[in-house]
Amino acid sequence: MPELQLREPLIFELSKPGRGAGTQFPPRVAGSAEIPVHLRRATPPMLPEVSELQAVRHFTRLSQMNFSIDTHFYPLGSCTMKYNPKACNTFAMLPEFLGRHPLGPEPQGFLACMYELQEMLQEITGMRGVSLTPMAGAQGEFAGVAMIRAYHRARNDLARNEIIVPQAAHGTNPATAAMCGCSVKEIPCDENGDVDIDALKAAVSPATAAIMLTNPSTLGVFEYKITEVARIVHEAGGLLYYDGANLNAILGKVRPGDMGFDVIHMNLHKTFSTPHGGGGPGSGAVGVGARLLPFLPIPVVGKDGTRFRWLTERDLPQSIGRLSGFMGNAGVNLRAYIYMRLLGRDGMVRVAEFAALNANYLMKRLQAAGFEAAYPTRRASHEFIITLKRENRLYQVTAMDVAKRLLDYGFHAPTTYFPLLVPECLLIEPTETEAKEDLDRFCDAMVAIRREMEQDPEKLSSAPHTMPVRRLDDVRAAKQLDLAWKPAA
Amino acid sequence: MHLSNIPSDLRYTKSHEWVRAAHGEAHDGTVEIGVTEHAQSALGDLVFVEVPEVGRAVKAGEASAVVESVKAASDVYSPVSGRVTASNGQLATQPELINQDPYGAGWMFRVQTNAPIDDSALMSAADYANYLAEEAK
Amino acid sequence: MAFIPHTPDDIARMLEVIGVRSIDQLFDEIPGELRAGALGVPPALSEMEIGRLMTDRAASDGRPLNFIGAGAYEHHIPAPVWAIATRGEFYSAYTPYQAEASQGTLQLIYEYQSMICALTGMEVSNASLYDGASALAEACLMAVRANRAASSRRILLPRAVNPTYVQVAKSIAGNQGIVFETVDFDRTAGRTPLESLQPYNGQDVTALVIQQPNFFGSLEEIDALTDWAHQNKIMLIAVVNPTSLALLKAPGQWGARIGGMQGADIVCGEGQPLGVPLAAGGPYFGFMATRMQYVRQMPGRIVGRTLDTEGRPGFSLTLQAREQHIRRSKATSNICTNQGLMVTAATIYMSLLGAAGLERVAAASLQRTADLAAALSRVAGVKPAFTAPRFHEAVLLLDRPVAPVLSALARRGIFGGLDLVDRYPELGHALLVCATETKLEADIDTYSSTLADVMSPSRAAA
Repeated sequence: MPELQLREPLIFELSKPGRGAGTQFPPRVAGSAEIPVHLRRATPPMLPEVSELQAVRHFTRLSQMNFSIDTHFYPLGSCTMKYNPKACNTFAMLPEFLGRHPLGPEPQGFLACMYELQEMLQEITGMRGVSLTPMAGAQGEFAGVAMIRAYHRARNDLARNEIIVPQAAHGTNPATAAMCGCSVKEIPCDENGDVDIDALKAAVSPATAAIMLTNPSTLGVFEYKITEVARIVHEAGGLLYYDGANLNAILGKVRPGDMGFDVIHMNLHKTFSTPHGGGGPGSGAVGVGARLLPFLPIPVVGKDGTRFRWLTERDLPQSIGRLSGFMGNAGVNLRAYIYMRLLGRDGMVRVAEFAALNANYLMKRLQAAGFEAAYPTRRASHEFIITLKRENRLYQVTAMDVAKRLLDYGFHAPTTYFPLLVPECLLIEPTETEAKEDLDRFCDAMVAIRREMEQDPEKLSSAPHTMPVRRLDDVRAAKQLDLAWKPAA
Repeated sequence: MHLSNIPSDLRYTKSHEWVRAAHGEAHDGTVEIGVTEHAQSALGDLVFVEVPEVGRAVKAGEASAVVESVKAASDVYSPVSGRVTASNGQLATQPELINQDPYGAGWMFRVQTNAPIDDSALMSAADYANYLAEEAK
Repeated sequence: MAFIPHTPDDIARMLEVIGVRSIDQLFDEIPGELRAGALGVPPALSEMEIGRLMTDRAASDGRPLNFIGAGAYEHHIPAPVWAIATRGEFYSAYTPYQAEASQGTLQLIYEYQSMICALTGMEVSNASLYDGASALAEACLMAVRANRAASSRRILLPRAVNPTYVQVAKSIAGNQGIVFETVDFDRTAGRTPLESLQPYNGQDVTALVIQQPNFFGSLEEIDALTDWAHQNKIMLIAVVNPTSLALLKAPGQWGARIGGMQGADIVCGEGQPLGVPLAAGGPYFGFMATRMQYVRQMPGRIVGRTLDTEGRPGFSLTLQAREQHIRRSKATSNICTNQGLMVTAATIYMSLLGAAGLERVAAASLQRTADLAAALSRVAGVKPAFTAPRFHEAVLLLDRPVAPVLSALARRGIFGGLDLVDRYPELGHALLVCATETKLEADIDTYSSTLADVMSPSRAAA
């Protein structure tokens, strides 16, 4: 297993007055242009003073303290940590794309890629229009709910302010509803993990704006009654919003538009393999059916004859507006485009197939090893949940302990404690780009950890042992806030 | 299930606040307010507490204070209406007082009530104990 | 098959373990009538083929000489910045939820937060937001949460603030009862006069937004404006350019010390100038900083330094409970992800340049824009619009519509600037130009001589 770098001082601790990466400084420009004294900075900002080599070494060493897809199997459920193809980066960083100012004449080469990306996303989701501007899943969600609200208001249906959300939903859903001036009504799921149809029938009313769903659900199972759910909500006058976080499970197999959804947000940084970057940037493209087309966030790429251009306020006067300073995370969208062209028609269909194959295989192997699946009678979608509630009762071991111990075995932990409904859970998503041997190695590690639960539980509760740091004191971090370096007094 | 400490001389709300009336429950008396043992246990180690400033007007059922742990941040709702006459300054540097002694040193703020206390919104210790048992199911 | 490693033997063994005959059986829970038909997308391309396509398309977009600013600025990006930021350990890592396995990213973000505090003169920074425009929207929501003295949810937005930022603020924050009020600018000076704020003396207003330099590139009188805001118990939101902060007074120092406090209350802006390429509009990143007393109202992730169980220093995401609390508060934010890779690039950029290098970039940009404005103003039919001092952008007035002039320049490989006719029709034929340290003297000569040619009498209707 790869050895991690262990310690690296802060860059400020490496600094020495007078040092700098001189070749990076632009030449001095002669002239008399000046800032008036009263608007000038009194003292220079306290930024690092290091040589170029020191900076390169420092950040290279920091990178070596990270787990990443390029170095470790990373089965984080709901995050779709598949291989990020290098080609996507190489071609997105061609100098002509990189050097292009967003407010110049429309770049036809770049816009051709964006237009085709819109078309492909429409096709695979069964939607009629796509906007690439939301910069992350949460922004895509916001756009979706805002469009739904705009639709009802445009029809003078002002009472529709309630969003129905299943109990297992992601935490951003209620926040997004509030941001759009809506309230949230939660409904439970049944014992199989599907939406409780009776609860849904009782929940819809003339106040229903929409239901927010993901399919497969956050519990990793396919809502096979989705057509009935759609009928109930549409008949009540509401719309269906699809949270596309789990699109990897159904790519090419089912289209959200065909399931009855009116709007979908996609996480291009999940399904379409744009880089996770240590926490972004993402891209939360939204797709809509005919009803919501007029409300798409701008700008959207349009075509006049053979010429591409941005469609703006004039073209979409009912748009919910702009969500970003320019046109969203353009470079991320370009990487998604390259990825989709590399997959092509057949490759896209294979994504869900092998994601499901890997997930079901891993689930079966873990079950055989004695672990409890949360929904053992259901097929895994592209991910599945293991619950450690029995192990917790028997050995006082928690999901957190297992997650930390997995790090010692060279695997990034699965997602823990989400969804909240399942106690002591691990949400495991291998993705389609992992080889069988890596899944087997993961399983072997889990078997070894199981043995440790029985024989040496303290090894788990004090894990990790081989990382650059041991378990960190979260309480201290929040109580004694140290959020920025300060020079010693 | 861990049996929660619920002093019998206090009154309780559904949102897990407790109220201690001053000597004699006069309508314009001062009451002391905090959060229960159950609440502090559910939150975990508190890292931050925000109490209302002296002189602030509060309304029954309105969010008046905040308690924050690593796991969760929760609003604390004033069970009564009135004016804040005192707040526990020690909580700024020692939020853990609420974990250690939620009914004593962990008191949060005192309110001089300006309206009759709504008895229907406050539970006795026994009723609160039943309420916790129901919630646990 | 792209990126799928399974051999037929692998597949057979795996199906056997699962207990199904085919992969298709894994989808048997999906009702047949919902199953998609053949996807109408093009067949797969090899890496070589997509490389060819992309190279051709890039070539058709070309590399014009760029003089546009307006919120996105062309600066030299040192070679190490992206060589390191695209290392797989940074590029393909996730959000640092498992802190022990992400100390690299977490320490980097801590260093970034420290540098933003240093630049802005503020006490605490978050780990970034999506971009400058959405950062302003978030700052407005934050001011509503934090300003106890105000209950009106009114925010004063000068017209000299980037108009797209204003649009985005309205789109994002408009559904929560926030009222944005317009404050006009002085047509001669090109900045926001104190007189425009007088109608709001003593009124219930939550915040005043000031952009420095403003959208026109002009320098606002930030001390007087900040003092006015604080005297009226109004929070001051500063929208700033990070390069300019090498030369300009930090927002933490704006105004006088009143009641033991000084400076802007919330600082935000677009971080793109710090090592992030123009890239047709994104990804960029927004930065935000504030006073320690408001840290719990600040959205976004924050990294803190703490100790591990053996007393060693380490880094982790902290104050996460407040994110969920902000999601239920009276002014809600739903932000989850940030712009991690761009922050990585910016931190490396700031480390390479340091204060001395950043000052050289800022000073060169200041001088080049002054030279550009002077050179272009020597062309007949062109004159400067405003009198206020500037940073690295200037507004010029032309004697004819700007759009045809820009088209003619573009045909000759020059992106001359931004036509302001849609954003500020009252200015007439106004053009916003920018020259950074990337523009050499020869580039300025090229622009001015081409402009002279384009605007010469012999080319009446360009």
